[in-house]
Amino acid sequence: MTHLQPSAVKQITEICNRYKDEPTPLMMILSDIQKEYGYIPPEVQELVSSLTGVPVSEIYGVVTFYSFFSLTPKGKYVIGVCLGTACYVKGAQLVLDKFSELLGIEPGQTTEDGLITLDILRCVGACALAPAVRVNDKVHPQVKPSMCQTIIDEIKKAEVSA
Amino acid sequence: MALVNISIEGQHYQVDDSLTVLEACRECGYNVPSLCSFHHDECSLASCRVCLVEVKGAKGLVASCAYPVNEGMEITISSPKAVEARRTSVELILSNHRKNCLQCPKEGHCELLKVAEMVGARDGMYEGEMSEATLDELAPALVRDTSKCILCGRCVERCKKAQGISILGFENRGFNTIVSPIENRSFATSPCIQCGQCVNVCPTGALMEHSEIDKVDAAFKAGKKVIVQVAPAVRSAIAEEFGEPIGTNGTGKMFAALHRLGFYRVFDTNFGADLTIMEEANELLERIKGKGVLPQITSCSPGWINYLEYYYPEIIPHVSTCKSPHMMQGATIKSYFAEKHEIDPKDIFVVSIMPCVAKKYERQRSQMPDDVDAVLTTRELAKLIKRAGINWNKLPEEGPDMDLLGEYSGAGVIFGVTGGVMEAALRTAYYWMTGKEYAAINFTEVRGLEGVKEATVDFDGTPVSVAVTSGMKNAKPLLEQVKAGTSPYAFIEVMCCPGGCINGGGQPYVHPLLLPDEEPDILDTYCAKRSAVLYSEDERQAVRQSHNNPDIQKLYSEYLGKPGSEKAEELLHTSYVSDRAKWPDVK
Repeated sequence: MTHLQPSAVKQITEICNRYKDEPTPLMMILSDIQKEYGYIPPEVQELVSSLTGVPVSEIYGVVTFYSFFSLTPKGKYVIGVCLGTACYVKGAQLVLDKFSELLGIEPGQTTEDGLITLDILRCVGACALAPAVRVNDKVHPQVKPSMCQTIIDEIKKAEVSA
Repeated sequence: MALVNISIEGQHYQVDDSLTVLEACRECGYNVPSLCSFHHDECSLASCRVCLVEVKGAKGLVASCAYPVNEGMEITISSPKAVEARRTSVELILSNHRKNCLQCPKEGHCELLKVAEMVGARDGMYEGEMSEATLDELAPALVRDTSKCILCGRCVERCKKAQGISILGFENRGFNTIVSPIENRSFATSPCIQCGQCVNVCPTGALMEHSEIDKVDAAFKAGKKVIVQVAPAVRSAIAEEFGEPIGTNGTGKMFAALHRLGFYRVFDTNFGADLTIMEEANELLERIKGKGVLPQITSCSPGWINYLEYYYPEIIPHVSTCKSPHMMQGATIKSYFAEKHEIDPKDIFVVSIMPCVAKKYERQRSQMPDDVDAVLTTRELAKLIKRAGINWNKLPEEGPDMDLLGEYSGAGVIFGVTGGVMEAALRTAYYWMTGKEYAAINFTEVRGLEGVKEATVDFDGTPVSVAVTSGMKNAKPLLEQVKAGTSPYAFIEVMCCPGGCINGGGQPYVHPLLLPDEEPDILDTYCAKRSAVLYSEDERQAVRQSHNNPDIQKLYSEYLGKPGSEKAEELLHTSYVSDRAKWPDVK
């Protein structure tokens, strides 16, 4: 807990207090923390454990079970390649491999500058647009490997002008 | 509680309605295999799917371990559907299990192997990729090998229910699931107290003690004078390893076997226990007189000491500075015994046979690195005996070597059961405080296997309040009181494992499936059976109080002076650390 800033400790305590009347508050607490900080490192899990009485091992189990939670910070932009059935048969794996090659990271990892995270998604409900790639909230339809560089360039351009 | 009528394989039975189908089957004489269920209130994950049976009217097959019996239930174990399903469950488990059974340290005690045999599992039914495995051999006491793990969750449940610390948990999902401390860390870099309760319930070789048999072999090979000492609780269970019923007193044959294994001297840690009482009772009286804080808490259990350092460092001043009995005895062997026999202590190699795995950690503590050189569990001793080809049934009854450290009192023997250290200390403290022996000898108020016992003992007009606890989850409320300064007791005995050392992490496994001759409720009764062995040994001794042990009296008159002397402090006492790092800061 020594690594956490006082403001973070305060905020996480508030999040835990929000659900103190819930019989099983863990998922809600973790969801809020994930939304707020983008990840849930062991230090934070330890704090949640001391506030809720749920053992760290159980919290860690939940965090590593659900792909929605992350142990490491996510990038400012998350490129999510859908590997659901429809996207997969339409060649999403080739798209994923291309992003991986261009960014120099494996799926689940984040670029060194903290800008981009490459993630695998399971069916985002955009099967008609397969293969679909989601960058934060924006969905790119029918992505081919040749389009990957353009998508990355768009992110970088948006970042410079921001 | 009421009885219900059920039928199993067409036969009618009446069973208690609180039972699960699995328990009812076992009670009625049907050994339904299962790997994840362990005890009535432990592990209800129904994760292994090995106990599937057919219940008339139920949808599909039911996991008998999680399904309660009810009136009129018709259970079929041997229908082709159930037989095939159980076999498939086991074959699927085996498909991701490292099957080097011949070299596996769990060989002979593996429930998975037993179950595979019961269901007739076939080889190579589901071949393919195996999960990536972790082998953690860093911790002095424990080894974790995930290639053997079947994800039954027994250890997760035991860690939580017995010790309340939940070091082990499930991590990741699907094919990548493992049971592990967080971040797949080693036990050595987690606040694990290394008690080994998880080892006692593991059905496979995934969790094992860290064997030190090789160290002992090397010492013999190097020509060392290898001296062995054996803890009180070992005799209460060692016979189980050779097929005798739980509750068989193995004292005589155990010593006979040790004499045949080539040790230079064979001693009983009961002597060390008597010595501990001399120092600890003296320390208690000093504290009562005003030197130090009360309550005093016992320090014999290294799992408890780990828990203290990790979770309650604030109350370290309350904990007796006494080393545990085998460490005291090791220190005495390498000083007093060595001097009397003119042996260079460097040529002595002390092996402790313990019911405990935390002692393996304890002997490596930097505060006392040279007292004991290797610690073997009760199970490892059985391996040594079997390896030497010794026929247990043909062994005579023998005793330890009567050479300076041979005598022991009944007080020393009962150290192995919860309440025993308290009772032994009271016998001596009573004598020192009142000037006379306690007429009834036994302080029966502190006996029994409850998680917390309290008593007020009458010291000839002076009331002394004491408490006894075992299992860290049970101990926690008492420790909170001590921390808050509201503890009403003068003396508290804390043992790490529920029931005390008789149920230690190094004791023979009690796996009902592998013990067909024991009663179905053996998991409820084995602790009482083992403790009865120790209390009967106590009754058998001519000397019942530590201070009346003639070898102890001689040690003090010829070497140590008196309890708490400078020499005794140097050899027999230790210290604790308050800054052991916890997660997530330990990396």
